[in-house]
Amino acid sequence: MTDSTMTPDEHRRADEAATGPMLAADGRPLKVSLNRALRRQKLRAMLLIAPLLIFVLVTFIAPIADMLFRSIENQIVSDTLPRTTSELATWDAETGEIPPPEVFDALFKDMFIATERKAHTRLGSRLNYELTGVSSLFRKSGRRVDDMGEVYQDQFEDLNDFWKDGENWSALMGSDAWRSSMSDWDGKDGRSAPAFEPRSDVASTLPETVAIYREFVDFVLSEDDNPLAEDPWAVVYAALYEDLANGADVSAVSGAGAAELLEAEAAASNFETVDYTAAFADVDKDWHSIEVWQTIQTYSPDFTSGYFLNAVDMQKTPDGPAMRPDNERIYIKLFIRTMFMSLVITGSCILLGYPVAWILANLPARTANLLMILVLLPFWTSLLVRTSAWKVMLQQQGVVNDTLVWLGIVADDSRLALINNQTGTIIAMTHILLPFMILPLYSVMKTIPPSYLRAAKSLGATNWTAFWRVYFPQSVPGIGAGSILVFILAIGYYITPEIVGGTTGTFISNRIAYHISSSLNWGLAAALGAILLAFVLGLYWAYDKIVGIDNVKLGG
Amino acid sequence: MKLTKTLLATTALTVAAGMASADGHMASEMTIVSWGGAYSNSQQEAYHNPYMEKTGVNIINDSSSSEAVAKLRAMNEAGNVTWDVVDVVAADAIRLCDEGLAMEIDPDEHLAPAPDGTSAEDDFGDLIVSDCFIPQIVYSTTFGYRTDMVGDTPPTSVCDVFDTEAYPGKRALEKNPINNMEWALLCDGVAKDEVYDVLETEEGQQQALDKLATIKDEVIWWSAGADTPQLLADGEIVMGSTYNGRLFSVIEEQKQPVAMLWDAQVFDLDGWIIPAGLPEDRLARALDYIYFATDTQRLADQSKYISYGPARASSAPLVSTHADLGIEMAPHMPTDPENAKNTFLYNYEFWADYRDDIDAKFQAWLAQ
Repeated sequence: MTDSTMTPDEHRRADEAATGPMLAADGRPLKVSLNRALRRQKLRAMLLIAPLLIFVLVTFIAPIADMLFRSIENQIVSDTLPRTTSELATWDAETGEIPPPEVFDALFKDMFIATERKAHTRLGSRLNYELTGVSSLFRKSGRRVDDMGEVYQDQFEDLNDFWKDGENWSALMGSDAWRSSMSDWDGKDGRSAPAFEPRSDVASTLPETVAIYREFVDFVLSEDDNPLAEDPWAVVYAALYEDLANGADVSAVSGAGAAELLEAEAAASNFETVDYTAAFADVDKDWHSIEVWQTIQTYSPDFTSGYFLNAVDMQKTPDGPAMRPDNERIYIKLFIRTMFMSLVITGSCILLGYPVAWILANLPARTANLLMILVLLPFWTSLLVRTSAWKVMLQQQGVVNDTLVWLGIVADDSRLALINNQTGTIIAMTHILLPFMILPLYSVMKTIPPSYLRAAKSLGATNWTAFWRVYFPQSVPGIGAGSILVFILAIGYYITPEIVGGTTGTFISNRIAYHISSSLNWGLAAALGAILLAFVLGLYWAYDKIVGIDNVKLGG
Repeated sequence: MKLTKTLLATTALTVAAGMASADGHMASEMTIVSWGGAYSNSQQEAYHNPYMEKTGVNIINDSSSSEAVAKLRAMNEAGNVTWDVVDVVAADAIRLCDEGLAMEIDPDEHLAPAPDGTSAEDDFGDLIVSDCFIPQIVYSTTFGYRTDMVGDTPPTSVCDVFDTEAYPGKRALEKNPINNMEWALLCDGVAKDEVYDVLETEEGQQQALDKLATIKDEVIWWSAGADTPQLLADGEIVMGSTYNGRLFSVIEEQKQPVAMLWDAQVFDLDGWIIPAGLPEDRLARALDYIYFATDTQRLADQSKYISYGPARASSAPLVSTHADLGIEMAPHMPTDPENAKNTFLYNYEFWADYRDDIDAKFQAWLAQ
C-alpha cells in the first residue's frame, strides 16, 4: 500500500502509530485537552440551565412528589393513639369480643393527650373516611375524657394539698439538673428548651407516671408556658395511681415528695377506681362496637393501601381487599369516562384543526397572519369567559337552540340538550383545546414543500392520492404532537367539565378537586392523581413504542 | 458584559421586590377572606370601610372562601398563614376547628356585648355552633320560581319541586346531597323531626335517592351559587334552589319575573374564623377587627346591602331599608316570621359524620 492510496484517516492512524498520540501545544494529549475544554463548556451550559432546573425541582417535582406520597401515608393513627394501637395489635376481631381493658386504659391516655393537643378531631375526620360516625365519636369523647381523669385527681388532691401544686410535681418528677437549667432558660436568643430529664429514682419506680409527665412537659413547652409551675394533666394522676396499684416500691424514692408518695401508696388501695371500658361506653355505645375497633386496627400501620383501594372502588376489609357495594362505585367509571371523552375531544380537534392548519400553511403570509390571530385569540381570553360563553350559546334557551328553532329544524318544545351533559363538555373543550392542535400542525405543515404535491400530481396522482400518499404522511408528526398535547391537557381538565358537564360530562379531576378542597380527603385525592399520572405516563410510553416519540414535532 | 450587568440588575430587582412583598404584612395591613361579589361588597360597606376609617388599617380582600379549608390547611402545613380573618360557612368552621386550623374563641371575652348589656354568648345563642366560629349572618337555601312559567297556581310547597306534572320544566338542585336528601325525605312522607333519623340508615338514604330519581331527568345540577339565578333569568328552569340573597338580587335588583318559595327553607350560618397560629401582633388586630365587625349595629348594617339576617338577636330590630333600593329589608329576611313559617335547620353534627359516606353514594347515583 503506497501513500497515495491511503485515506486521510489512515494517514492519521499511521502517524499516530509512528509518533504516539497527537499532542496539543502544551504537551498534553490532544484528546485529554479537548475533553477538558468540552467539559468546561458543558459545565457552563449546565450553569445556564441550572436556575430553570432548580426552579422546576423545587416548585414542581418536589411538591408533586410530596402530594403523591400522601396517598400511602397513614402515620396519623399511630401518632395520635400510640399506646392504643400497640395494645390493639394482638386483639383478634374474629372472636367477636370487644378489646380487653388494657386497650381502653391506653385509649384513655391517648385520647386525653390528643385532646389537649387538639389532635383527636383530626384523627376522627381521618377515620371517618373509612367508617361513618367516627368523627363525632372522637369529638364527643374528647369533650368527656377530662371528667374521666378527674376521678383520680380529686382523690389525690383530697388526700394531700401537696398534689395540687404544679411545682411540687416538677420537683418530684424532674431531675435537679433539668430543673435548674429549666429555670435559667428564658426562651430568648433562640435556644431550645432543655429536654426533660426525670429523677432516676422516680423514673425506675413510677415509669408510667414519668412517661406521661414527659409528654405533659413537651406540651407545656410547646405552649410557651413554664413546666416547673404548671399543674399537671388529670391523666398524670391516673398514671400515678396505675403505678401505685401495680405495686411500685415507693420507699426507693427519697427527697422531695417521698413522704407524700408513701402516704399516697397507703391510701391508693382504698381509692375509687375508674373502669375505662364502661366509661367509654358511657360516652358513646359505639366504643363497644367491633367495627370501630376493627377500623382503628386496620388503619394502625404507618402506611396504607387504603386510599389506592378506595380510588379503584375497593375497600379494606378484615378478609382483604373487596369491591365496594354497587351503589358506591364511581371512580373506575369516571376514569373510563375521562379516557373516552379525552379521546373523543382529541379526535374532534384533529378533524377540525387539520383543515385550518392546512389553510394557514398554504395562504400567503399576510392573510395567514391575520387568520393566525383568530386562532390565537382564544388564548388571550380567560378560560372562564370562554366556558361561560358556551353556556349562553348551548343552553336550551340559548343562541344555538334559538337559531335552530327559528330555522324550523327543531321544534320549540323539543329543544336539544347540548349542555350539562357529555355533548356540552366535548363541544366546549374541543373549542378550548383546538389551538393546541392547530399550532403544532401548522408548524409542521409549513415545512412541507408545496413542490412535493405538485410533483406528485405531475406524475399522474389524483388530488386525493397526492394528499393521502404524499402530504399526509409528512404531516403525521404534527398530528402526533398535537394529539399528545390535547389528550394530556384534556385528561386533567377540571373547570370546563365542572361548569358545562352536568352529571354525565364530568371528569375524574372534578372528584380530585372535590377531595382536595371540600372533603379534605387529600390521601384519596393523591391516590386518584397518582393513578391518573400513571395512566398518562403509560400512554406516553405506548405512544413512543407504537409511533415513536422522535416522530413528534412541536416546531419546524 | 452589558447584558450580564442588565441581567444581574434585573435579578437583584426581582429578588428585592419578592422580599418586599413576602414581608408585605406591614403593621397597617390585614387580609380578610370572603366570598367575593355582592356578599363581600356588603361587608366592605358595613364593616371594612368604617373599620379602616376608625383605625387606619388597610384591609385587603381575598375572595377565596369557597376553598378556604383546603388553602388554610396548606398554609398551615407550610407554616406561613397569610390570612388574618376568614369568612366561612358554619360546616367549614367546624371542619377547621376539628383540624386545629382555626382558633378557639371565647365569645364573652372576644366579642362585644349587646347594647343592653346582654353577653355576646347569650346574644348569639345557639348560633355559636363551634368553639372557633363567630356567627355573622343567617342565610337560607331555598327555592325560587319563574312566575310566568307556573300558570295560575304558583307553587306553595317544597314538594311542588317533585311534582313534574303540575309544574313541568327543568329544576336546578345543588350537586351535592346536603339539603336535597332532606327535601326528598320530607316530600316522601317523612316527618320533619325524623328526617335525620331516617337518613342515618341505608334504607333511608336509598329512599331519598329514589325520591330524587323521580325528577332526575328534569334536574340541572348546579355547583356555584350564581348558577340558579342565571338559569332562572334565562328561563332555562322553572324553579331552582339557591341562597336566598341571590334570589333577592334577581327579584328586586334585576327585576326578573321570579318569586321566592320559602317553604322548607334550610337555615344555615356564615361567619368568621381566625386562623390558628397567627403571630401576636396580627392576632391582636384580627381580634380587634372581629370585636368591631360583629357588634350589634355593624351586623344590622350589613342587611342594608344584602338580604341575610344578622346573627345577633339584638340586631334584628335595627334592620332597616336597603341602601340603594330603599325598600324595607325585614320582609326579605329568611328569619322574617312570614317567611319562616316552615323552616328546616341544617344539622351540622349529622353532616360532619355522614357527609363522606352519603356523598359517595350520591355521586355514584348521579353518575349512573
